[in-house]
Amino acid sequence: MTWRWNPWLLGAVSVAVLMLAPVLGLAWAASDGSAGLWAHLSANVLPTALFNTGLLLLGVGVLVVVLGTGSAWLVTAFAFPGRKLLSWALLLPLAVPTYIAAFAYLDVLHPLGPVQGLIRDLLGYDSPRQFRLPDIRHLLGCIVLLGFVLYPYVYLTTRALFMTQAAGLLEAARSLGATPLQVFWRVALPLARPAIAVGVALALLETLNDIGASEFLGVQTLTVSIYTTWVSRGDLAGAAQIALAMLAVVALLLTLERYGRRRQRYASVLRPRPLQPLQLRGARGLLALLLGLLPVLLGFVVPAAYLLWEAVERLQVAGFSPQLLVALWNTLRVALLATVVAMALGLLVAWALRLAQARRRNALAMASSRTATLGYAIPGTVLAIGLLLPLGGVDAVASRLLVLLGGQPQMLLMGSVTVLVLAYTLRFLAVSVGGIEAGLARIPLSLDQAAASLGEGATGMLRRVHLPLLRPALAAAALLVFVDTMKELSATLVLRPMNFETLATWLYAEAARGTYEEGAVAALLIVVSGLLPVILLARAGAAYGVEDAR
Amino acid sequence: MRYPKRAAGHLAALCSLVLLGACAKSGDAPAPAAASQAGTTAGEVNLYTTREPALVQPLLDAFTADTGIKVNTVLLKDGLTERLAAEGERSPADVLMTVDTGRLLDVVEAGHTQAVKSPVLEAAIPAHLRSPEGQWFALSLRDRVVYADKDLDLAGFTYEELADPKWKGRVCIRSGQHPYNTSLFAAMIAHDGAEKTEAWLRGVKANLARKAAGGDRDVARDILAGICDIGVANAYYVGRMKNAEEGSEQRSWGDAIQVVRPVFASAADTGTHVNISGAAVARHAPNHDNAVKLLEYLVSDSSQSLYARANYEYPVKPGVALDPVVASFGPMKVDPLPLAEVVANRKLASELVDKVGFDN
Repeated sequence: MTWRWNPWLLGAVSVAVLMLAPVLGLAWAASDGSAGLWAHLSANVLPTALFNTGLLLLGVGVLVVVLGTGSAWLVTAFAFPGRKLLSWALLLPLAVPTYIAAFAYLDVLHPLGPVQGLIRDLLGYDSPRQFRLPDIRHLLGCIVLLGFVLYPYVYLTTRALFMTQAAGLLEAARSLGATPLQVFWRVALPLARPAIAVGVALALLETLNDIGASEFLGVQTLTVSIYTTWVSRGDLAGAAQIALAMLAVVALLLTLERYGRRRQRYASVLRPRPLQPLQLRGARGLLALLLGLLPVLLGFVVPAAYLLWEAVERLQVAGFSPQLLVALWNTLRVALLATVVAMALGLLVAWALRLAQARRRNALAMASSRTATLGYAIPGTVLAIGLLLPLGGVDAVASRLLVLLGGQPQMLLMGSVTVLVLAYTLRFLAVSVGGIEAGLARIPLSLDQAAASLGEGATGMLRRVHLPLLRPALAAAALLVFVDTMKELSATLVLRPMNFETLATWLYAEAARGTYEEGAVAALLIVVSGLLPVILLARAGAAYGVEDAR
Repeated sequence: MRYPKRAAGHLAALCSLVLLGACAKSGDAPAPAAASQAGTTAGEVNLYTTREPALVQPLLDAFTADTGIKVNTVLLKDGLTERLAAEGERSPADVLMTVDTGRLLDVVEAGHTQAVKSPVLEAAIPAHLRSPEGQWFALSLRDRVVYADKDLDLAGFTYEELADPKWKGRVCIRSGQHPYNTSLFAAMIAHDGAEKTEAWLRGVKANLARKAAGGDRDVARDILAGICDIGVANAYYVGRMKNAEEGSEQRSWGDAIQVVRPVFASAADTGTHVNISGAAVARHAPNHDNAVKLLEYLVSDSSQSLYARANYEYPVKPGVALDPVVASFGPMKVDPLPLAEVVANRKLASELVDKVGFDN
């Protein structure tokens, strides 16, 4: 077989190269040398940071699997009053950024907050000096918080699988006399493994890159130590070295995970069919509803209610700032632009891989796809700092050309909305590529062969065969990218143009003054604007991240 | 197909709607290149700041009202130096403003500032609060003090006493890696030496009532909640809290505490540790004259008094009236240690924080 460059592969490679730009920028920064850094790190920082990070990932991992898989199973395998409501409400925590959840809980659970106040009233104490609960500024607090906010990633992927693929097998198990518990443990769970893996990977990468919640809760993670090295010691080279080391480990783990399920095939020509749920009546139905509401309550209702309360109070004192509407508009339009670009590039990468798979020459396309998804494994600020160098370089060259042509030196990229969109795209490309690849995997290759044998070219095939089939997967991936982008803060704070606020930066500015409650209105707006896409996602979401039968 | 087509349809409709708007909007919004061009014409000044613009917004608004010069701002959290490096000579930045001496001197050391010769600035700002060459200027002082339960008597308190075992389980402080703290610890290294500072950090760590986390206002709140009795924080938050509306949460935190201005025990001629907010003129400032005008405006009597009354910070200009709450803290004697020495010890301070596991 001859080596053929096709435009799709060329496009995919270009996307991968684009993704490598910030990584190379970091490598350049890291090469600056950083005397004595690693001696200091390994003696004083790494033991704690590795321990904390490991425990945090483990804890959050277990929690999101239990909550995500459990709730997905609950709303798929059982019918009870409120099930329909629950099936989309379970996604709501996606609309709450982790840093917002952290500051909400710090206030709600503070000894002076409503919860402990109520407990003191009930127990008859009149001062927090007499009685108070343990501080949530603790690794355990961080695990629980992140677990309840991030489980929807697993819920989303696992529910899709349960809904669409599992029916035949699960019903067979039932008819062979397996109890509901046995069906779950011995059939559903093993079947859901790839879906769980996709969801857990997303949740854990969010955890690893989280800086807001871990900083608020005082947990010393690797990411926090990157910041410390950079900000407190002014050691950019050292920070870049830690970031690259972390990226290498993550990339290795992701590769191992892929390798672990390389033999699994999920495409199927069987028509999907929903599982017939078991009817739960009376007290059991109520219990199921309450159980399912628990993660919604902790992951969404409590922080959202807190924000609503604070925002109303704030609005009464200060009124609504029209500037917030500008920030809302900025947020929405940048998020939308980034979503469109990320989806287009994601489709490019995924389709190139698909075409290569059909020809069984997929090493390059595979490498491009893996590279293109690295951005999700890099903390936002680090990605932004990595981008600064190549962007500055491009600007310098462009500006020099402009001067040669008789113009004024000026910035073309730096400090523009384009750069923000680029950063968001790189950061969240993994979400779009992952969703599209999973959607494609559901479409059997035989369909491609049939289309090709009927004389359809690569582009026509995509347009007329795959895109229509991919629509739900595309919608789900796009919504997830959109919500993620809306919440993004750290890269925005480094790269944004002058006089440009998003809701997240607005909130940050308030928080920077130590007046979190004044950011409540912005925080509430972030959550509320995330609601619509999340609810849409609940409807399209049957399609995200799972390679189920079609 | 069984998948909800409608959801995808709604989404597509929504997308195209917003996208249309987004494109229209990005068309009429000034492109950054255009902005930097516009910056070369008179009537604008571009401010890159690591401090929350709302804190200086009243000053900037007054500046615009007085001079007609429009101020464009961008708040950058971290990465001011890196962004300026990437922007190079094309940077639209005119004025660089930071809180924390270290961050200001980082930008100066990286060569992103230029020398400014201004009799106005030199007359208003004491010599030790600006660079001799005019590379940077302090605009306000932020004293790092001790908040204490209002019933305690802490006259003559020293920073060193924070490590006294009698405070075991009674001290609150934010992350040791925060610039406000590394700056204080760096000053202590300059006064007492690294070894004593390390032992002191261990002592303070042993006295902590809770994790070294959260913000400075949390110290007041946690004192009210009975988690701790004393804590380290910046003084201006107290101005904000004690001036908050009657009956608000903030007010109750502020009313629970008193401010004690500690000194360093070991230094002969000693005072309270201060950090600064400051500014510099960017090296490639396209609106150089406006930049200098803005700086001069910020040290005028009216601006300095606004710093004191709106932000509760300590003015750099001697003789400016203070906010009554800030004045109630008593006279301030500033630690005479040169700021550059604090900055020089910052890295070591940060490493000591790691070494004693202060934040763990």
